[in-house]
Amino acid sequence: MARDAETPRTDRSNLSRRAWITTASGVVAAGLIRTQSDAIRLSAQEAPRADPTKVPGRFVSPVGSRAPAEQPRRLLRTEALSSSSRTPLDQLMGTITPADLHFERHHGGVPDIRVEDHELLVHGMVERPMVFTMSDIMRYPRVSRIRFLECSGNGGGVYSRDRMPTEITVQQLDGLLSTSEWTGVPVSTILREVGVRPGASWILAEGSDSAVMSRSVPLEKVMDDALLAFGQNGEMIRPEQGYPLRLFLPGFEGNTSVKWLRRIEVTDAPTHTRDETSKYTDPLGDGTVRQFSLAMDAKSVITFPSYPYVLPDRGWWEIRGLAWSGRGRVARVDVSTDGGRNWVAAELQGPILPKSTVRFRHLFEWNGRDTLLMSRVTDETGYVQPTVEQLWEARGPSTSYHQNHQRAWKLARTGEVTFGLGELV
Amino acid sequence: MRCRALACAVLVGVTACGTGESSVPLMSGTPDAMMLAGTAGDLPANAPARFDFGRRASDDRIALWDIDVRPDGAGLPPGRGSVAEGRAVYDVHCVACHGPTGTEGPNDQLVNSEQWDLYPTGRAVGNYWPYATTLYDYIRKAMPQLTPGILSHDQVYAVVAYVLYMNEIVPEDAVMDAQTLPAVVMPARDKFVVDDRIGGSGPVR
Repeated sequence: MARDAETPRTDRSNLSRRAWITTASGVVAAGLIRTQSDAIRLSAQEAPRADPTKVPGRFVSPVGSRAPAEQPRRLLRTEALSSSSRTPLDQLMGTITPADLHFERHHGGVPDIRVEDHELLVHGMVERPMVFTMSDIMRYPRVSRIRFLECSGNGGGVYSRDRMPTEITVQQLDGLLSTSEWTGVPVSTILREVGVRPGASWILAEGSDSAVMSRSVPLEKVMDDALLAFGQNGEMIRPEQGYPLRLFLPGFEGNTSVKWLRRIEVTDAPTHTRDETSKYTDPLGDGTVRQFSLAMDAKSVITFPSYPYVLPDRGWWEIRGLAWSGRGRVARVDVSTDGGRNWVAAELQGPILPKSTVRFRHLFEWNGRDTLLMSRVTDETGYVQPTVEQLWEARGPSTSYHQNHQRAWKLARTGEVTFGLGELV
Repeated sequence: MRCRALACAVLVGVTACGTGESSVPLMSGTPDAMMLAGTAGDLPANAPARFDFGRRASDDRIALWDIDVRPDGAGLPPGRGSVAEGRAVYDVHCVACHGPTGTEGPNDQLVNSEQWDLYPTGRAVGNYWPYATTLYDYIRKAMPQLTPGILSHDQVYAVVAYVLYMNEIVPEDAVMDAQTLPAVVMPARDKFVVDDRIGGSGPVR
């Protein structure tokens, strides 16, 4: 059932379902009277709750909308220029995120840009510095790729030893993750046009938002799989995702996929902008600060059951979740229904694409006792999603990004589900 | 899907050809080799050497947008500003968000002179930022938040000087310009190390 995501759900939707059926039956009774020639005497429980076959439907429309009862919402952090909103992962199916629910992270608000005004300057260590209009860029040969995008700050709420929450939703916890089919022109195509000079090793990508957000990216990555993206799930990219043009770096921390891209400078060194020095860096607890931690390590999260769902009875339930890796394909996902003592391979829903989310599922028969549900992904490099203790050991207490450790949900005998990592540490 | 070898550069830890769906074995190529070969990963086989869409960028157009500043001082404009001048700029343009002493907020804490061994408390300029030039780059582009770009070159130099002074990094009589700013050595500079995570089954990093 839908909910207002701007306030985290605290009602018990599943428990209220029985009451809803009763109410609906009353509506059906009226419908049967109107179609009396077809009517059969049914008990109130057997009677259909509604009969849409006796009323002409609505006409075609130029643009669709969701069913009124389905109103998924992003969860806003604050209404501010530099803020974020999170994708309702627990309400989505498969892997593709509807574009209007793709998470946001802005540093200077969402600029209003007219597509006919937007231009990309490519200069620096190149033979031919060029300016491209959107018409120019969209004339180049295109590619489309299904890839995830994740903010490297995702999951930061469940890293502190001292403050491990229990009443936290998947959306609050890991909602800075979305997956889209991105369409655009490989940046390598454009760099081929301008002719990169020998000795170049980085680029600076710069946005045309009011923060002029900019990041340095290794040229190797750019040549490998970077896109100048203007398409998202079949339509022009949404303003919140960088309309009309963004850099898209598959598998890299979201901040590097610079939105509203207006400039690429080819350089021989990183620029050390604020967002790669003061922000998006990782003090490791040993006197050093890790910089340019760009790739997103493999991660998985169970999206159902999760807080605040309530399982109304024991028996067969399907555990569902998402797994992904910024270093390639998901190789396997293991699920534990006993707090990590035993693990069993989950079903993976293909196609399994590199640097994309994968839907995993595991059917289990709940015996009605308290337990902890966990997932653990392994990617094709052999990397296994670490435990939080492993991350604490490797990185200390002070990092704010790349917190991809295993999550756990506590399933209580009441059927109530809460975040359960605190039970394990 | 096709995956041309030279376009499949190996970034540390990137194990698959990122452009395609195929499982082509790792191929390595230096950036120079890629450039000289003029390859691009996803072009159709009949693509011309150049399309020539777009137009040449004039020097003026480049100058208009090429406003980034690097640690060696590249990109710093002419101008200068003193700590005293910076205090005046700060009290008008910065104090509402960063507080009278750069510690009160509500937005980012600017001032923190702690010396730390294992990890810092907060991410302020004095205890965390590795390069003073980043202050110029960022303030010029993004500050003040509600009126970005309103400050003159001299005013940016001045407020950079003042923020560095508040962090006890430059003396009260300091003047920042294109020569003095890149020479400022930030306390945390040598603490920054490049990412060593590489994926795989080795130790968690």
